[in-house]
Amino acid sequence: MSASTLVSLPDSSAVGIPEDNYISREYGLKSWLLTQDHKRIAVLYMISLVFFFLIGGIMAGLIRLELLTPQSDLMSSDTYNKVFTMHGVIMVFLFLVPSVPATLGNFLIPMMIGAKDMALPKINLLSWYLYIFGGILVLYTLVSGGVDTGWTFTTPLSTHYLNTKVMSTCMAVFIAGFSSIFTGLNFLVTIHKMRAPGMTWFRLPLFVWANYAAAVQMVLATPVVAIALVLLMLERTIGIGVFDPTKGGDPLLFQHLFWFYSHPAVYIMILPGMGVISEVISTYSRKRVFGYTAVAYSSVAIAVFGFFVWAHHMFIMGISNYAVLVFSLLTMLVAVPSAIKIFNWAFTLYKGSITFEAPMLYAFGFMGLFTIGGMTGVFLGSAGTDIHLTETYFIVAHFHFVMVGGMLMAFLAGIHFWWPKITGRMYPEKLSQMAAVVTFIGFNLTFFPQFILGMLGMPRRYASYPPEFQVLNVFSTAGATILGIGYLIPVLYLLWSLKYGEVAGDNPWQATGLEWQTQSPPLTENFIEPPIMDHEAYDYAWLDRKNRERQKGEVSNAE
Amino acid sequence: MSEHTHTVVGPRIYVTILLALLLGTALTVWASFIDLGFWNPIIALAIASTKALLVLLYFMHVKYSTNLTKLAVVGAIFMFTVLVSLTLADYISRAWGSW
Amino acid sequence: MPNSQPVAPVDSSLAAEAHHEHPTYLRHHFHSVAQQADTANFAMWLFLVTEVMFFGGLFTAYLVYRNWYFPAFVAGSHQLNVVWGTLNTVVLILSSFTMAMGVWCAETRRKNGLVLCLALTFILGLGFLGIKSIEYSEKIEKHHVPGIQYSLSSFLDPASDKEATAAGDKPLSLDMARHTEVYFSLYFAMTGMHALHMIVGIGVLAYMIFRARSGAYTSGHVTFVENFGLYWHFVDIIWIYLFALLYLISRH
Repeated sequence: MSASTLVSLPDSSAVGIPEDNYISREYGLKSWLLTQDHKRIAVLYMISLVFFFLIGGIMAGLIRLELLTPQSDLMSSDTYNKVFTMHGVIMVFLFLVPSVPATLGNFLIPMMIGAKDMALPKINLLSWYLYIFGGILVLYTLVSGGVDTGWTFTTPLSTHYLNTKVMSTCMAVFIAGFSSIFTGLNFLVTIHKMRAPGMTWFRLPLFVWANYAAAVQMVLATPVVAIALVLLMLERTIGIGVFDPTKGGDPLLFQHLFWFYSHPAVYIMILPGMGVISEVISTYSRKRVFGYTAVAYSSVAIAVFGFFVWAHHMFIMGISNYAVLVFSLLTMLVAVPSAIKIFNWAFTLYKGSITFEAPMLYAFGFMGLFTIGGMTGVFLGSAGTDIHLTETYFIVAHFHFVMVGGMLMAFLAGIHFWWPKITGRMYPEKLSQMAAVVTFIGFNLTFFPQFILGMLGMPRRYASYPPEFQVLNVFSTAGATILGIGYLIPVLYLLWSLKYGEVAGDNPWQATGLEWQTQSPPLTENFIEPPIMDHEAYDYAWLDRKNRERQKGEVSNAE
Repeated sequence: MSEHTHTVVGPRIYVTILLALLLGTALTVWASFIDLGFWNPIIALAIASTKALLVLLYFMHVKYSTNLTKLAVVGAIFMFTVLVSLTLADYISRAWGSW
Repeated sequence: MPNSQPVAPVDSSLAAEAHHEHPTYLRHHFHSVAQQADTANFAMWLFLVTEVMFFGGLFTAYLVYRNWYFPAFVAGSHQLNVVWGTLNTVVLILSSFTMAMGVWCAETRRKNGLVLCLALTFILGLGFLGIKSIEYSEKIEKHHVPGIQYSLSSFLDPASDKEATAAGDKPLSLDMARHTEVYFSLYFAMTGMHALHMIVGIGVLAYMIFRARSGAYTSGHVTFVENFGLYWHFVDIIWIYLFALLYLISRH
């Protein structure tokens, strides 16, 4: 429980980047585009994800620019509808859902469990190609007129009243959905079947537990939105009228099927981020995660309970009062495991040897902002409050707090934490810490005013608003500018570090976890001999013993 | 966990199950032509589920599979049940009016 | 690399790998054939789990509307031919049997038996699709395809319709007659999705027959046949439910 003393290591960075690693093993575009190495696939995802995040970010910039003034003067309402729809579709399906699992999960899970690769390497590559295919369809939609249904594709607007690019967007999401399904499937099979000897379930890093829980949701929930979109597309094209009121169909049925996925989707998004936070907080407090078992079980509980609450997105849509009651009650329950995790992380920090590297700063940001976002979620889960706050900026603020203040910060924490492992390079420390602070400030300035705007009654998805809301909107846009800068800076210094960053060495953070027991960047096959797990997770005492052994070994070799 | 005990299910079992499935089909068609009131759909679903269970256990070897496989099957059925029951709960309770 | 003493028991197949005795089909990231086969099996089961949820959405829609528009569903169901439906059910059950026997042949290294079983499964699958296309063309003729000149006359005036008269249907109100389009939407969506899965399965069967003839599955490596069998049986199970829910509504 108490932090163990840090034993200094011989300077392995003096040796330089190891010659044989997964990047240098093979050269050429074909070796990357036809790779089955989970680490290369993770890098492919990383590059594509940043690209789509940029596009989604430009959409966000356009939204905030329009909302500087009360009138819809920058663009027409129809165009504005397209902009926020594309922002939502890209950010949710092409960024947030794959973010941590497809990049960090793909890269790290086999290493963390002591395996040479994912269980299904070809399916892994297929996953990326499906993602790219979906992304290309979204880009096509963007350049050929866009879609304005909102990312939620509400019927009957999407089936009968629009002639924008609904089909291509639905197709894109359908295909990207299969990318997600295959990623989740791969994770489940890998974690069940490929663990190294001695790697029992309760010795797994909590990052693995978190991704496992998210994978369960990916596999069970995503097919339902797939069929919902298929039915939507059929209704738009050949007239199969399952949601069509003129034939007796219920538009609300689409929403039931859509939200059956889209609510678990938010946990698919956040759980891997929580996994990152567990790793980061433990490492930079040099303490094992408090209540490991509770955190592990909470991940699974969030995954399971997350399936029971979807209609809280539909309180005002016309579901029965009894359904409102039931779903409101169930929603209260799902907050509990998330809260348990926050408490456990806080207790991990208590009496730890805390240091403030960039990943830790992002993790602190996560803890505060996710707590606010989560608590406002509970306010919204209470049906009475929701009736007044739904479809206002309160909702927008709530989900941006959990998704951007929570998930995106966790993603940045993870990228920074594992950057040395993935690339073999360190990034500039002071600059990274500064960027984290800038992001935090920008975020709060952008989204906190939106809670107030929501309470004052400003509706969401409107290009114009009453003039009394302008001041808060100006604050929000100013914050967005700062936030954008905060996101740009890491892109720049991380790229810079690829060539000029200090050589990282095997374990620059002195973290536990099998991935840190390999070279940076790792070999294609991860481990020279299959590792054997003989200690508990987050065992810093074990790490110190290993370092002492290694030091003694090198001293006696030198003699 | 490797499958050291990989049971090979033989033709005798398969033929038995085939006959059971064909019998079930005949039974369910016959039952649908008899007026049993609200029992009709229940019987139809019960027979269908029995047939499905036989296919699962014997043709798909679930009876001889690991606990993990059984967990996956149960999990799928459970989540399907959640989808159906909570959605239907909304639709059925709409007819109950406002409190 | 970790030098700590191993405390976990080492799998005997690890020792086999150490001596480099592994078949060509063993992929490098697995330490034994058993692990590889086990992994592939679990992966197929998880895929079937996703299929359960995929069809699950359709079944949910069905149950909602059957609850709301029962008379329309009865009238719609009476338009389906029970003989064709039962025949199709028998065909699929037989094909599940031949598929299971095929797996047994692969496991017991009976090459010719395997080819025969796969061929029979293939033919039965085609037979199912053939019957389905007859049924679909009947629907098209009677204008019971949603969105394409959908006709309400069979339901407003059952006397004008052979199937409706045979079933003793009463005329429906205009409202309820319109709702039959929802029934047929679900009929086509569900059986269409099922047929799509059959087509994919039949395609893979053709490939497997070709490979089986050269002994690919009868030399100890049965994973592909086994896991395809799981897929085929799953498609059969879906039909078992579709038959009960679509064809057998209130036939008395």
